[in-house]
Amino acid sequence: MRREIVITGLGAITPLGIGARTVHDRWSAGVCAIEDGEAVCTDFDATDFLSAKEVRRADRFTQLAITACQEALADAGWAGASPYRPDEIGCILGTGIGGIATIEANHARLVDGAAVSPLAVPLMMGNAGAAALAIRHDLRGPVYGIVSACAAGAHAIGAAARAIDCGEAGAVIAGGAEAALTPLSRAAFSALEAISRCGVSRPFDARRDGFVMGEGAGVLVLEDGEQARRRGARILARLRGYGATCDASHLTAPAPDGGGPFAAMTAAMRDAEVEPDEIDYVNAHGTSTPLNDRAETIAIKRALGPRAAEIPVSSTKSAIGHLLGAAGAVEALATVLALRARVAPPTLGWEVRDPELDLDYVDGSSRPLRTNERPPVALSNSFGFGGHNAVLCLEAA
Amino acid sequence: MASTITKDQVEGVVTDALVKFGTERELITPEVTFESLDIDSLDLFELGQIIEEEFSIELKGSDVKDIATVGDLVHVVAALA
Repeated sequence: MRREIVITGLGAITPLGIGARTVHDRWSAGVCAIEDGEAVCTDFDATDFLSAKEVRRADRFTQLAITACQEALADAGWAGASPYRPDEIGCILGTGIGGIATIEANHARLVDGAAVSPLAVPLMMGNAGAAALAIRHDLRGPVYGIVSACAAGAHAIGAAARAIDCGEAGAVIAGGAEAALTPLSRAAFSALEAISRCGVSRPFDARRDGFVMGEGAGVLVLEDGEQARRRGARILARLRGYGATCDASHLTAPAPDGGGPFAAMTAAMRDAEVEPDEIDYVNAHGTSTPLNDRAETIAIKRALGPRAAEIPVSSTKSAIGHLLGAAGAVEALATVLALRARVAPPTLGWEVRDPELDLDYVDGSSRPLRTNERPPVALSNSFGFGGHNAVLCLEAA
Repeated sequence: MASTITKDQVEGVVTDALVKFGTERELITPEVTFESLDIDSLDLFELGQIIEEEFSIELKGSDVKDIATVGDLVHVVAALA
């Protein structure tokens, strides 16, 4: 990044509960939100946060995004009035699938011979979340959705940083949202044998057998550092670097040599102007699938060299399952909070070492980060079907 | 053929639909405009669909293009039915 990009607000709705800090507090305390093989936002009732009209006008993924955004803006001190002109603010939101519950409900009506709702298209479209936030908060800068499967949340944050870096926006609200716990998507992911048959998310463990589907949203407020400081904003973290690559090899399976993720991690560190020795923690993509966790381990070792063996690597998905297009955003804000607390939260459920996977995956409980006085730096990895790789390099403020 | 649907019936269906859309029931009168109720074109599409299903009629764009108030809509629908 040429400019300093700062993070000033965080918001999240996750299976662990309402609020960004809830993710960090409960995950760090060893709470796992997975029940019966899925991770549901059971604490979230849209009518608690949105008007009847807003609830009707939004698929669940957008409802989650609106609510997470509300928290992020309040956290950034924007709750009263925005410190930027509307045309200086962007909004970039990732989603893996978009409004699939809306698609399924309307398809059922079509099959029954009933009328399809005029709200079907505006609710199902993948950019609905970004558009809803723009309307609600009068955001008139670059506003769009990002579609890159399970890397979408991280790509959205990276794209937001680039928009600020090149002067296209002074601030961008960025993140991801997903609500795909529906019959069709369950069946579709199951047909790929991507979902854990035993219903347990235990990334990097020898017994891992697939991911556990989750839902939720994560939203971050990114600002140009100079403007944020001028307005006296509380700065939580810096987004030092961003790297995006593609495996270009297979629609779903990661390249076995971890080449794409390796290149993305390397690009993020180059962008951040940090060396592998300065990385203190890796928030892994760590899906709990046999293929991802092996390829990612190889990629981390290639990217960080000897440093890989010295630092903690853990996966948020051990606590909340896989939030698909929201995962990268929720994991980025979990990384920010871990860095601020100077702890590496654990990979819950990790017990049995896979002989090929030899990093420190933080078994048991949270561990203090050793940082030698300077603010700690981490990589947050996100990869998606299609071979998409997005890596964020974050530093505590 | 004499109309089998009364204005009251149409008003009831329209009012229930608007309440479902999030409008407060007390605000709905024949004189009030859809605009002032924050009922936009998407709501009107859906309202039209509800009316069509309820009364087995077809509402064309030309039938509703000049409608501004709840009373206007009730009048048009009652005349069609």
